[in-house]
Amino acid sequence: MISSRPRPFTRDTPSFFLIGCDSSSASALSVKERIDHKRKTALCGGGQHRIDAQHKKGKLTARERVELLLDPESFVESDMFVEHRCSDFGMEQDGNKFPGDSVVTGRGRINGRLVYVFSQDFTVFGGSLSGAHAQKICKIMDQAMMVGAPVIGLNDSGGARIQEGVESLAGYADIFLRNVMASGVVPQISLIMGPCAGGAVYSPALTDFTFMVKDTSYLFITGPDVVKSVTNEDVTQEELGGAKTHTTVSGVAHHAFEDDVEALLNVREFFNFLPLSNQDAAPIRECHDRSDRLVHSLDTIVPFETTKAYDMLDIVHATVDESDFFEIMPNYAKNIVVGFARMNGRTVGIVGNQPKVASGCLDINSSVKGARFVRFCDAFNIPIITFVDVPGFLPGTAQEYGGIIRHGAKLLYAFAEATVPKITVITRKAYGGAYDVMSSKHLRGDVNYAWPTAEVAVMGAKGAVQIIFRGKENQAEAEAEYVEKFANPFPAALRGFVDDIIEPSTTRRRICRDLEVLASKKQLNPWKKHANIPL
Amino acid sequence: MAAHRLSPSLNRLLLAGKYASFWTRCCAVHGYAQYSTACSPNEKTFDKILIANRGEIACRVMKTCHKMGIQTVAVHSDVDASAVHVKMANEAVCVGPAPTSKSYLNMDAIMDAVRATGAQAVHPGYGFLSENKEFAKRLAAEGVAFIGPDTYALQAMGDKIESKLIAKAATVNTIPGYDGVVKTVEEAVKISQDIGYPVMIKASAGGGGKGMRIAWNDEETREGFRFSSQEAASSFGDDRLLIEKFIDNPRHIEIQVLADKHGNALWLNERECSIQRRNQKVVEEAPSTFLDAATRRAMGEQAVQLAKAVQYSSAGTVEFLVDSNKNFYFLEMNTRLQVEHPITECITGLDLVEQMIRVAKGYKLQHKQEDIPINGWAIESRVYAEDPYKSFGLPSIGRLSRYQEPLNLSNVRVDSGIQEGSDISIYYDPMISKLVTYGATRAEALASMEDALDNYVIRGVTHNISLLREIITHPRFISGDISTNFLPEVYPDGFKGHQLEADSRRELLAAAAALHITAQLRSQRVLGDLRVSSSPVECSHWELCVELEEGRHHVDVTKSGKVYTVEMDGVKVEVDGQWNLASPLLPLAINGTHRMLQCLSRDASGKIVLQYLGTSFKVRVLSKLAAQLNSYMPEKVPEDTSSLLRSPMPGAVVTVSVKPGDSVAEGQEICVIEAMKMQNSLTAARQAKVKSVHCKPGETVGEGDLLVELE
Repeated sequence: MISSRPRPFTRDTPSFFLIGCDSSSASALSVKERIDHKRKTALCGGGQHRIDAQHKKGKLTARERVELLLDPESFVESDMFVEHRCSDFGMEQDGNKFPGDSVVTGRGRINGRLVYVFSQDFTVFGGSLSGAHAQKICKIMDQAMMVGAPVIGLNDSGGARIQEGVESLAGYADIFLRNVMASGVVPQISLIMGPCAGGAVYSPALTDFTFMVKDTSYLFITGPDVVKSVTNEDVTQEELGGAKTHTTVSGVAHHAFEDDVEALLNVREFFNFLPLSNQDAAPIRECHDRSDRLVHSLDTIVPFETTKAYDMLDIVHATVDESDFFEIMPNYAKNIVVGFARMNGRTVGIVGNQPKVASGCLDINSSVKGARFVRFCDAFNIPIITFVDVPGFLPGTAQEYGGIIRHGAKLLYAFAEATVPKITVITRKAYGGAYDVMSSKHLRGDVNYAWPTAEVAVMGAKGAVQIIFRGKENQAEAEAEYVEKFANPFPAALRGFVDDIIEPSTTRRRICRDLEVLASKKQLNPWKKHANIPL
Repeated sequence: MAAHRLSPSLNRLLLAGKYASFWTRCCAVHGYAQYSTACSPNEKTFDKILIANRGEIACRVMKTCHKMGIQTVAVHSDVDASAVHVKMANEAVCVGPAPTSKSYLNMDAIMDAVRATGAQAVHPGYGFLSENKEFAKRLAAEGVAFIGPDTYALQAMGDKIESKLIAKAATVNTIPGYDGVVKTVEEAVKISQDIGYPVMIKASAGGGGKGMRIAWNDEETREGFRFSSQEAASSFGDDRLLIEKFIDNPRHIEIQVLADKHGNALWLNERECSIQRRNQKVVEEAPSTFLDAATRRAMGEQAVQLAKAVQYSSAGTVEFLVDSNKNFYFLEMNTRLQVEHPITECITGLDLVEQMIRVAKGYKLQHKQEDIPINGWAIESRVYAEDPYKSFGLPSIGRLSRYQEPLNLSNVRVDSGIQEGSDISIYYDPMISKLVTYGATRAEALASMEDALDNYVIRGVTHNISLLREIITHPRFISGDISTNFLPEVYPDGFKGHQLEADSRRELLAAAAALHITAQLRSQRVLGDLRVSSSPVECSHWELCVELEEGRHHVDVTKSGKVYTVEMDGVKVEVDGQWNLASPLLPLAINGTHRMLQCLSRDASGKIVLQYLGTSFKVRVLSKLAAQLNSYMPEKVPEDTSSLLRSPMPGAVVTVSVKPGDSVAEGQEICVIEAMKMQNSLTAARQAKVKSVHCKPGETVGEGDLLVELE
């Protein structure tokens, strides 16, 4: 039957509806119904009672999380119709098939900026990872790398889909491979919002940042039961792999948040600091803080007694835009402070020794923490600002046996390798090898400043005098001579190892100006397949 | 360190500039009533003065010295090496470590400093050595002028027992009481019974409310005796006590006197200092709303009689208690420059420090009694680093991470000795500044004070702005109906901050919602990034949920230009502002009314702390979706603290009266913490057995440190 008048053709109406033939029309309708039905089912995840159970645990569902993480109505879902393909153990039955399977994937925007997201759905088979689940994740990761946009993974999964056996394991490996390929190409963030155990933990471990939710998230290779049977240790889930453990003891996670809502809102905020990919510059947000603001409180922050501590965070907060500092690993290796801030709107990475904790010395944990952060900044074009007050590396058998030599080398390596703008401010002590390590001029620091309180020397006066004037009677006099010669910024400034000695109050103004100049910095390291950082 | 030494001198230059402008402002404020009527350039006083004090009063004295062309020498403890008073001075000498007994009370070191710098005179400020006759004697012995009264007056008025006898003899009204030193607890109880309760137990050598206790019965007398003698010993090195009748519900009004070495004395009107907590002044004003001209004259004349009786010279203050029938009783005489002297300067136009310096040099007073005016009204708020929610103020310490005095306003004077970056430490008085406002009328001065408090930016330490603002806006205060019991009467259950009413609550919520959206919109403004989605047009309507305390409110926000219209419960509130997210101050026009709010903090999860009408309020702003999802979030239960006794403030442990295994009754003393020279008894919150003790006498503890755990 051919209609005498052509019907209007609209984009919304699939063309097969237009070609009217009764039988095909009926089947088309049923397809439409099936589509609607599948969509509706997919939106319900594992069903209302499982959703209620999830809520009861103080957790949001996979879809609620995505909705809260992304700008309103920006989520574009992919693979809603994908189902698992397992036909063993009764998994093939209709009741065991869920459209979309146990993960929600797609893309969206955070403050208008593109991001790819996957969110594991605990209400479907406990969020376990099937081949299909992994495939969905891999798909969006591939696309993210292609277009250059970050990937945020919301993890809430009981582990492998045991019914699928090796297919599940293969799925993990496929994800791991993409995590590695994407590393340094697009930022990858993992937010652990439930269990994440066994092999699954390696995906977050490979990403750039791992955040956790307090009391409801766990990360471990083997759970308390296995621990008990193998090592006979009694340990709770929380102690073994809770947020507190990983943000204070193991250093696996970079931050912990109170609950799902706080975590997701904070990740939105965190995302604002990051460039979309290694091809993009660090973002510049509209800034209300004057770039030429003088910070008078810095003029008095370093105490007169060189042995007295102060809080490096005070310096950071006073210097950066609006005191807005997103600290990474605030409770781990607290003798070094790292995190993101902005200077005149532009994202910068801040590294600072923390005199308040262990005198701000470098040890194994702080070196590793600092090194990983510096490498992230370098990979993603984020300028690095380093505040130095370091009395040296921590001595002792624990450190030597633990390999402080190779771990300390990581931080040295990271700073030396970095080609992003590097600005260094020596606030007080810069002693020994640690001086070299902390983004010194010799490691291609672009601008190195010293405050009037800076002391750049091989070591403190007491130790130095004992060596230089061994056996000499008047140690006090010798010490005074040493202090006069070395406990000031002149030896370094005379040699051009610091570019200027500045009034602390002008620090912000100077850094802002320098960053403007350095925005066009171009520096290349020699070609290599990849470098060989002392892992 | 040569480069480093440059910086203090650089700073000094900067400071000099800053204070020069301050000075002009002060003079401009007073118009015809300038600080000093006749600062004769020919009148030579001293070339160099050493100021044996720290903080705001040292700075205050130096300002006048600099005005008079006098060189200044600061003394300081080692922790004060970069303090403002050190930077302001032409020379500075370190006189010892942080504890006052080793530095600012260290007479030997200060005498050395005087000799080393060749200072011709010493201004002692208040506190420390200001009323120490030994110090005055030692200065006299070396021919250095003590800028204060002679040692005779110091001695006579410094001892409360002796001063009372002298006052009686000079026909000054005095309070009934026991004119002698009380030696034992039992004697104290007996004397108290004789005088009749209530009684006041106080340190003979005391002042400033330290070593002072009120007792209503024998038990309290015993306790008060013990505390006062301990406090007196630690504060003044003299544990002698006296007891007198306690006048219930009195006003505390004092007369400023000024006398020279030639037998002339003037009274410079009164200061109303009734608003006190724990016998320490909080808000003062001059003149008093309570005095009529006759009473003022009577009090002034008695004060002058007393000054003359002890051959007083220099500035001094005679404190009176005034009962509801305007009977006044001599309390004590402070033989020094008083903390609250600025309000007298504001209404009389005299620079008291300048007058003290002149008098010390031996010049005669320039004024006659009839020359002393009351021009306008002045109010002083003592801004303290303390938590007013705990007994109207327990000391807090910290670093002033951000600090901005409201000097942009007219008719405002701020006397302070700190600046952004300064530390408020446990070693010294926790006063941040004295905020003084001045006006032709009391209403004007009060309005300025309200503004000034709202514009005062203090971050890094807990402060008492909320309490000050509540006091000066309280109807009883405004009507002048006050007494020394004002605070406990008005806040019988303790101070709880500003209580919002429906309107003000809506204003606050609207401001928070508007601020939240401003921040959200700003997050979308990434400059020069072509990869930001351009498709959705900037939103102009939002549905939010705002939480404050227990209440949750659904609000609708629309934006046009920089004006937000916030609708909640069917009421619309319009909020207009500059919306600078970096500024600590948030000047808004809410429904057309100007309001100065402050944003204390703002985080990614929608938590905003706003200072509004002086009090800080914790607000949470969430999108409608986030609020709905937030309802699934578990309540995080804070740890049960009734079994934990934590230190309410930083300080030193004086005594611990329990050991593990002891049973304690509710209210029983567990330990005593001394902070800023005040002893605070910490008691058990309930009857229990002591589980563990985590502190020892002599230890330093921080705020929130666990002291004792109960079972």
